[in-house]
Amino acid sequence: MPLILDIAVTHIAGRGRQTLVALIGVAVGVGFSVAMAALMQGGQDDFVRQLVDTMPHVDVTDEQRVARRQPVEDVFDAVAISGLRPRDDRRGIINPTEAIAWLESWIPGRFAVSLKTQGVMRYSSRETGAAIIGVEPARERGVSPIVDDFVAGNFAALAAGGNNVLVGDTMASRLGAGLGDTITAVSSEGQTRNFKITGLFHTGTTARDEGEAYILLKNAQILAERPNVINEIRIKLDDPNRAPLVAHRTEAELGYKAVAWQEANEAILQAFVIRNIIMYTVVGAIMLVAGFGIFNIISTITHEKTRDIAIMKSLGFPEADMRRLFLLEGVAIGAGGSALGCMLGFALVYALSLVSFKIAAAGREMTHLPIAWSALHYLIASVFAVGSAAVAGFLPARRAARQNPVDIIRGAT
Amino acid sequence: MSTLIETSRLTRILPETVPVTLVEDISLRIDEKEFVAITGPSGSGKSSLLYLLGLLDRPTSGRLTIAGRDSGPMDEKERARTRLEMMGFVFQFHFLLPEFTARENVEIPMRKLGRLARDEMHEHAGDLLGSLGLGEYLDQRPDQLSGGQRQRVAVARALANDPPLILADEPTGSLDSKSSEQVFEILQNLVRERGKAVVAVTHDLDMAARMQRRIHIVDGKIT
Repeated sequence: MPLILDIAVTHIAGRGRQTLVALIGVAVGVGFSVAMAALMQGGQDDFVRQLVDTMPHVDVTDEQRVARRQPVEDVFDAVAISGLRPRDDRRGIINPTEAIAWLESWIPGRFAVSLKTQGVMRYSSRETGAAIIGVEPARERGVSPIVDDFVAGNFAALAAGGNNVLVGDTMASRLGAGLGDTITAVSSEGQTRNFKITGLFHTGTTARDEGEAYILLKNAQILAERPNVINEIRIKLDDPNRAPLVAHRTEAELGYKAVAWQEANEAILQAFVIRNIIMYTVVGAIMLVAGFGIFNIISTITHEKTRDIAIMKSLGFPEADMRRLFLLEGVAIGAGGSALGCMLGFALVYALSLVSFKIAAAGREMTHLPIAWSALHYLIASVFAVGSAAVAGFLPARRAARQNPVDIIRGAT
Repeated sequence: MSTLIETSRLTRILPETVPVTLVEDISLRIDEKEFVAITGPSGSGKSSLLYLLGLLDRPTSGRLTIAGRDSGPMDEKERARTRLEMMGFVFQFHFLLPEFTARENVEIPMRKLGRLARDEMHEHAGDLLGSLGLGEYLDQRPDQLSGGQRQRVAVARALANDPPLILADEPTGSLDSKSSEQVFEILQNLVRERGKAVVAVTHDLDMAARMQRRIHIVDGKIT
């Protein structure tokens, strides 16, 4: 063992109880930091996973981000024109087959097209407003998690007959209709058609359960009087992280608004950033407290060892060695505490992962705390701890190393 | 005979609000294999002179050469290195590291210098302590030894790297007369048998009378 390390270890070992307290201080700090990070990261991951699972990764709609330029504006560019009656455009994503073919040519993922129109659902004398969504069952299956949310009937039943409809369970009970009943859909264009309920879904999102009705795409196109038109393409990517890139290129090429899930949930993702800042602030505060413990013990040791410092300097140890010695003692406590803390953290995280409970919310049951197992958490907490230990050790070490041996030798006689 | 230490007009003034002159205008020479006493009343500056000679303190003015080398331009690291290679210290109090055994204390300067392999250091430390009559106490810690024994361990430590110069500050000051005599004889043997130069600060005039040469200091000056 190198001499300085040997002396450092001897000094630390000579102060068993105080060293233990300092070690525990660091260990508790590291342990709880790790556990907290695992919980927070776990919750975040879980939330993002839910987002990614339930939402389309890229949502292409027939909206434009800026109002379309009117022909007259192109002609008289320098003139501001007001009171213009805009030209009627044919709304919707025109020529969907071509658009899908182009998307499929370069995006690894699954696609679903739909036409959403507003209408009213009627049964006996009751009626309720509804978003009537026309889908292609085969494509929808790959993109929408609604397939798994059925409480009666199933998604496949939509494709079974010509005029079937799937509605939310809340909507059904509002209408007083049940599985097998025939309800009337009235579109905003004034078209009326009868549909037979072949499935009831419950997504857990109230707005959807009471406001959505799924029918076949062609039926929706008839109701909306817009043959061969869709107004939404939903894309599920194999790699959800590529969504912003895909959205950007799609929007640039197709000219329709394409929104990545990250953009749609920007506020939530930003809240996570703030949450992480808060978490690391708390971790930093814990480490600061642990650092004071280390500062305390190293200060005490250097105080008690002033004579030893004088002796070693007189023997021919330079100041740098003395600085290194006490710095090493601080770092050793930091490192030892980190090692203990990682074990403690692991135990805590393991214990947390065993906690189980039941809540049925949002359509899914949560039975365990969401925990993220990540070596990075241990690394960050340890680096924090050793770093603060080094700082806490360095200050008294520098002071001790500067002492003049003559003063101490004189003082001792 | 070659010169180990030479000083010319060495002065050390403490820069307090009222400056305190510790030593003034000291010019002296210490050769190899000399046994020199520095004597003088308490507070005369004899210890301060020894610390200057041992590079533990820096002079305010004057010149100090060690083995022909000027100490003035040396930085802290070089001074430490010179102490390690050229000098051994023995203080009034033993000043051993309390957590280490006698043998480990003697090994520490050797390990710092790092010229020998670990097992050679171990053996050499044992031999040194044995030659000072401490063969049975190698693995005792300082608090398990008597005052005279501790001081002998300190002498062994001073000899660890075989330096040509031993500086002793009241080496017998805290010992009873029997232990004092023992330590004195050891120092004497260092000169006679090992060819060391020994400079010892003492206020014991009988002891000083038995050394080769005496430097008497009063109020920081040689008289």
